[in-house]
Amino acid sequence: MINMPRSISLFLLAFAALLALYPLWGELAFGERAEFFLQKLTSILILAIFAMSLDLLVGISGMISLGHALFFGIAGYALALLAPEYEAANFWIALPASLAICALAALLVGILCVRTSGIFFIMVTLAFGQMGFYFINDASFTGGSDGMYIMFKPELLIGGWQLIDLEDKQDFFYFALAATAAVYLILRMLIRSPFGRVLVGIHANEHRVRAMGYNAAVYKVVAFVIAGTLAGLAGFLAASQYGFVNPAQLGWHSSGHALMMVILGGVGTIFGPLLGAFAFELLHYLFESLTEHWLLPMGAVMIAVVLLLPHGLAGGLLALLDKRRAGGEAKTASDAPPGAEAAAND
Amino acid sequence: MTDAILRTANLSRRFGGLNAVDGVDLELRRGEVHAVLGPNGAGKSTLVNLLSGDLPPSAGSIHYDGREITGLPAHRVSQLGIGRSFQKTNIFPGLSCDENVWLAAQSRQRSSLRFFRPAQHNRAVRELTDASLARCGLGRHGQRRAGALSHGEQRQLEIGMVLATQPQLLLLDEPMAGMGREESEQLVALIKDLSRDYSLLLIEHDMDAVFAVADRLTVMVNGRVIASGDVATVRASREVQEAYLGGAAAVGS
Amino acid sequence: MDLSFLLIQLLNGVQQGLLLFLVASGLTLVFGIMGIINLAHGAMYMIGAYLAWWIGAQVGSLWLAILIGVPLMLAVGVLIERFLVGTLYQRDHLYQVLLTFGLILILNELQSILFGNDPNSVPVPELLAGSIQLTENQSYPVYRLAVSAICLLLAAGMYLLISKTRLGMAIRAGASNREMVEALGIDVNRLFTLIFAAGVGLTGFAGMLAAPLTSVYPGMGDGVLIICFVVVVIGGIGSIKGAFFGAMLVGLVSTFGPVLLPTLASVVVYLAMALVLLVKPRGLFA
Repeated sequence: MINMPRSISLFLLAFAALLALYPLWGELAFGERAEFFLQKLTSILILAIFAMSLDLLVGISGMISLGHALFFGIAGYALALLAPEYEAANFWIALPASLAICALAALLVGILCVRTSGIFFIMVTLAFGQMGFYFINDASFTGGSDGMYIMFKPELLIGGWQLIDLEDKQDFFYFALAATAAVYLILRMLIRSPFGRVLVGIHANEHRVRAMGYNAAVYKVVAFVIAGTLAGLAGFLAASQYGFVNPAQLGWHSSGHALMMVILGGVGTIFGPLLGAFAFELLHYLFESLTEHWLLPMGAVMIAVVLLLPHGLAGGLLALLDKRRAGGEAKTASDAPPGAEAAAND
Repeated sequence: MTDAILRTANLSRRFGGLNAVDGVDLELRRGEVHAVLGPNGAGKSTLVNLLSGDLPPSAGSIHYDGREITGLPAHRVSQLGIGRSFQKTNIFPGLSCDENVWLAAQSRQRSSLRFFRPAQHNRAVRELTDASLARCGLGRHGQRRAGALSHGEQRQLEIGMVLATQPQLLLLDEPMAGMGREESEQLVALIKDLSRDYSLLLIEHDMDAVFAVADRLTVMVNGRVIASGDVATVRASREVQEAYLGGAAAVGS
Repeated sequence: MDLSFLLIQLLNGVQQGLLLFLVASGLTLVFGIMGIINLAHGAMYMIGAYLAWWIGAQVGSLWLAILIGVPLMLAVGVLIERFLVGTLYQRDHLYQVLLTFGLILILNELQSILFGNDPNSVPVPELLAGSIQLTENQSYPVYRLAVSAICLLLAAGMYLLISKTRLGMAIRAGASNREMVEALGIDVNRLFTLIFAAGVGLTGFAGMLAAPLTSVYPGMGDGVLIICFVVVVIGGIGSIKGAFFGAMLVGLVSTFGPVLLPTLASVVVYLAMALVLLVKPRGLFA
């Protein structure tokens, strides 16, 4: 969506404010478990970053990657490998280094994958993701299938002062919230930019975009690298939060879950996948309290969403807004997500 | 020496055992309207795809404005100044007309790998978009969703998108495909208008339209050129009459 | 490295490749003709294997289990195509991916609920339980040779079907030529159901054959699926010939790779895929 309806922006602002005020209402809502849920919210925000980064590929550019978790995992492992064993890593070195490694990986994988499209692309991204999984699972320096621990969260000093203590759960929460907001705004900016226009065009009709004089492959690789790097940011934060990385984080099931968040929330809208992460984790929590086999009802939900609510939560929201607005042309009942089309200004 | 803006020499394209385009020598002079005619299966679509860079040739060469462009991919050919419109409408139906043309206009910027400022802020692209929309007759329809346009209007949009890439040479692939009488006449008028500023290579089926606008004709049958020259001569040529105009393939509108 | 060792590895590689071909052929046909990406294809392999184990345990014979199991798999294929996959034909690949992914989750969990998480071994049928002497001190299991033989027979049958029959012509015409297929007097919807069910049947059958070799364990479908994808990427979408040569290549590389390049053991197959992508992005036999 090139232009976001103002009501959605207001809704997101209110949502962010609500989250920011958690210390005020957390205990009222969750009592003794307030801190547990604070951590839960933190991890959901991190997943939201992961999901939003995937939407740049899937929803905006039409590149369906089933290997996105590869970059999530690579950044996490980069932190684990770079961090000294018995002291905190320097945030200002660890984060750029992890992201740089991620970006390089995304560049190499992207250059190969972009030579394909459609079903082929889905398969090769899946295969590369698994290649990463097997490599990390079997290598000795990565701790193999047991994974690796990160004893201390990275230390974030600004001019020698510790303004943010990542060991403090509340500080980490606000840090994650700020990161999520920043990623959201970055992605919105990208979509509005000339670069974003080309991506939207590629999604709609790549052949025509090339006929117009764009080297589409270059744009797709750049999108792939940006998305991979943002996924790496999420992976870095997740590894910092849990203090633990393991190969399963890179596997295709992980990638599949991210894709589920994207579709649950509403593909192509950026804010949709953010909501989708919350919805997915909410369902996860509910189902897991009923059975250890929570993936079964989750799979059923997924099938239901595909058959009944393909535009996800965001799609439903936008449709509601459309109905309220007088005039405007009828939406076609196609799979073209609301995100790939221009929404009229509010 | 005539001033040829586009020249092919022995241009060929094979698909397995089929010679879709077979040794075609074609010359488009600067500023002229040159029509390529032929029955179905003559190889016209393949020829267009070869010229636009959508297909690499099996043999032969293509020269544009003095330089060789054989085998260059479509995006390079477009950047060099050849603008191609499509027979089967090839627009972005989910976007507005303005956005369709905008993307084409934006392609003329030095680079679209720009991430920070909103695209809309670019004044040069804005002006080019407005001008192209006006030139193709859709000046007042910018906000309409492209998928909601009538067939004729979509063909106009096709041309608008090509114009926005600031070409010197227009490759129009059956621009009047599927149009009614009145819409065709409007498009003929547009083509006549365009011929003042661009060199045109027109692939067409519609005889009357072609004779109204073309300076020279080339006739293709089964992948080969059987006649090429000014309209009157080609029309009078016996081979052309036998193979195409007089035979079952004669197509009036 | 002595010759008999190499021979064993070769036979193993070929056998693995042939089994993989059965699975990959169904996948590539569904891709190429129906334009559908079906992630649950690996789960079908797992279901076949589990059927072989469970029914085999009930009736005491692998052959009987296969006899009962294959029609069951075909029926499952028909049901899935009619009610789930069939709704996805004109839709974006994204929805196909998510629906079939949801299906995998459901099937994996069901399998875990019904049969637990422990691996189970499946006995080789008595008739084929022996080994034959290859050389003085190397013998080779008869069962593996039998599996290879069965797969080769099926491959030959498929080749004849596709190149010599009207149905085969329809299959070669592909999804892009719906009209041509209909002009041949074939009902396209029925054709699609047939192809999908056949793919499921072949894969399930491969799982049943493989069960005594690999035992049955949770997640066995996932591994096969991904390797199959590699096969199709290497061989080219929609090409049975490509699936055959791709499967043989992958079978041999994954058998010899770990022997020749032990440090890269698990990723050598993917490196081969990456190489093919660099040189021929549409596959070797596109």
